[in-house]
Amino acid sequence: MTAATVTTAPTRVRPSGAGWRGFGRLLRTEATVWLRDSASVFFGILFPTVLLVGVGFGIPGMREPMTDDVPPDSIWYGVTPIATYLPTVLAMAVGTLAILSLPVTFATFRDKGVLRRLSTTPMRPQAIIVAHLVINVATTFVGVALALTVAQLAFGIVRPEQLGVVVGAFLLGMLSLFSLGMLLSAVVNKPSTANAVASLVYFPLLFLAGLWTPGPIMPDVVRQIGQFTPMGAAAQAMDTGWFGEGFPMLQFVVMAAWTVVLLPLSVRLFRWA
Amino acid sequence: MAEPIVEVRNLRKTYGPKVAVDDVSFAVERGEIFGILGPNGAGKTTTVETLAGLRQADGGTVRVRGVDTQRDPAAVRDVLGVQLQEAALHDKITVSEALNLFAGFYADPADPDELLAMLDLTPHADRRFAKLSGGQKQRLSIALALIGNPEIAILDELTTGLDPQARRTTWELVERVRATGVTILLVTHFMEEAERLCDRLVIIDAGNVVAEGTPQELIDGLEGGRTVVVRFAPQDVERGRRELAVLADRDAEVEGVAPVDGSDTEIAVTGTRRVLFSLVPALAAADLVPDDVRTVTRSLEDVFLAHTGRAYLPGADDAGAPTDTTLITEGARS
Repeated sequence: MTAATVTTAPTRVRPSGAGWRGFGRLLRTEATVWLRDSASVFFGILFPTVLLVGVGFGIPGMREPMTDDVPPDSIWYGVTPIATYLPTVLAMAVGTLAILSLPVTFATFRDKGVLRRLSTTPMRPQAIIVAHLVINVATTFVGVALALTVAQLAFGIVRPEQLGVVVGAFLLGMLSLFSLGMLLSAVVNKPSTANAVASLVYFPLLFLAGLWTPGPIMPDVVRQIGQFTPMGAAAQAMDTGWFGEGFPMLQFVVMAAWTVVLLPLSVRLFRWA
Repeated sequence: MAEPIVEVRNLRKTYGPKVAVDDVSFAVERGEIFGILGPNGAGKTTTVETLAGLRQADGGTVRVRGVDTQRDPAAVRDVLGVQLQEAALHDKITVSEALNLFAGFYADPADPDELLAMLDLTPHADRRFAKLSGGQKQRLSIALALIGNPEIAILDELTTGLDPQARRTTWELVERVRATGVTILLVTHFMEEAERLCDRLVIIDAGNVVAEGTPQELIDGLEGGRTVVVRFAPQDVERGRRELAVLADRDAEVEGVAPVDGSDTEIAVTGTRRVLFSLVPALAAADLVPDDVRTVTRSLEDVFLAHTGRAYLPGADDAGAPTDTTLITEGARS
């Protein structure tokens, strides 16, 4: 073989170190497509508001300050029942996206091979997970902001006694609930299974967070059990911050513990196909 | 010779006790359409998925442009376009959104509008994925494999589920893509597709390469005889059969005479390579004028039969790779 017969094909120079190139477009496209699903929009954005308005106007006495039903030394004395419902509804708003929406999204991706398809491109498949966390977290904020605004306009909300505790409880609740959602997302393969499993987790959590028995009317046993669940702890901690005094240490520790255990676990267990 | 753009050497991959790929080696030259042909479950998809760095091999080496894709799969993502068997998009994403999305991942992407035009997808640019026909989905899938301006495109079973018309259109498209300089690795279980499109190919069976070459080399390399089918007018069939039976008895070049299944007027004459030379004079001598004479074209199916001793049943042993096997991703490897 002589040198003349050697043909060297032109090699295009390509910058390496890609992996997140195009993430902005990925995020925008995923958000656009996600919002095309009317269920996402309803449950993610409107549901907390609809529930608050429905309960506030639908059930008699929800807008009357409680003076007879609770003892004068209660943190809820003089507060309207609908206001005591707020912490639970906010915790639910987070849980709806984290536990109902997220696992179904990822199970669908896995089922359809979206994650696999993405791993054949220079984009890391992790990017789509990050994109959906961003979308769901952002939607949670939008839904909660809408609920608070409407609640303020319709009922007038009590100013939280300890704003920092409420915000902290909300954010930590978000972390722990999204960690739980990610654990489900990590392992569930089929969208139908994801739906079933998510419902099995979601509805008991709602119950323990006081969706049917908020604040003052919550049976003590529900409160005792609920404080160890991420959604119940978030609702109770926000309750304390909103209407009471002191720092809800137990609830904060519970939420932190769920996060510390579940988040690394979900990263470890995440199945790509 | 230039260095092969793709090189697979003694590749082996097992899933538990099941050996998906036993020992597969081949090399692909730049600019060719290279086929990986075999029945379902032969290990074709596992081979290309390992090649693309999506699965971890148990043995052997795979190199794309000299890069070991087992060690550094990310290094070839930009130059390797992959079309996987199943569609893998949101139901609600539109054609143009998908193409623009994927274009964003690459350093030097193709123009999405040009690709849409090339794949006849422009009229469907705003249609959602779920609303596309099978052929349109497949064309989009090819477009996504090409959007990064790859040097090599892996097309896995790209015409499965398409009607014959759509299949032909897709074949023309693959040839057009190759004309732009892209090396194509075509995975298929359709003999006809491989024969029509591939410059060279390997036939894989049960995880092993059983034959390699150009389709013509493989077919020409077949030992053994030829078959000629003769069709007579109805009134001549009986006499034709007698004359041909006599011919088979006295001429060593003619080995067998048999009626063709499902036809009353056709007779298949098998023999050596020279069987036609014996047949025509015999018909002339008997003054039997056939309505039609055709030599039965040998195909890759005969090559498969010759190398494996089995008739080619593409759908048999439809096991494929288990779907629950963890794929390698950059994240999962770290």
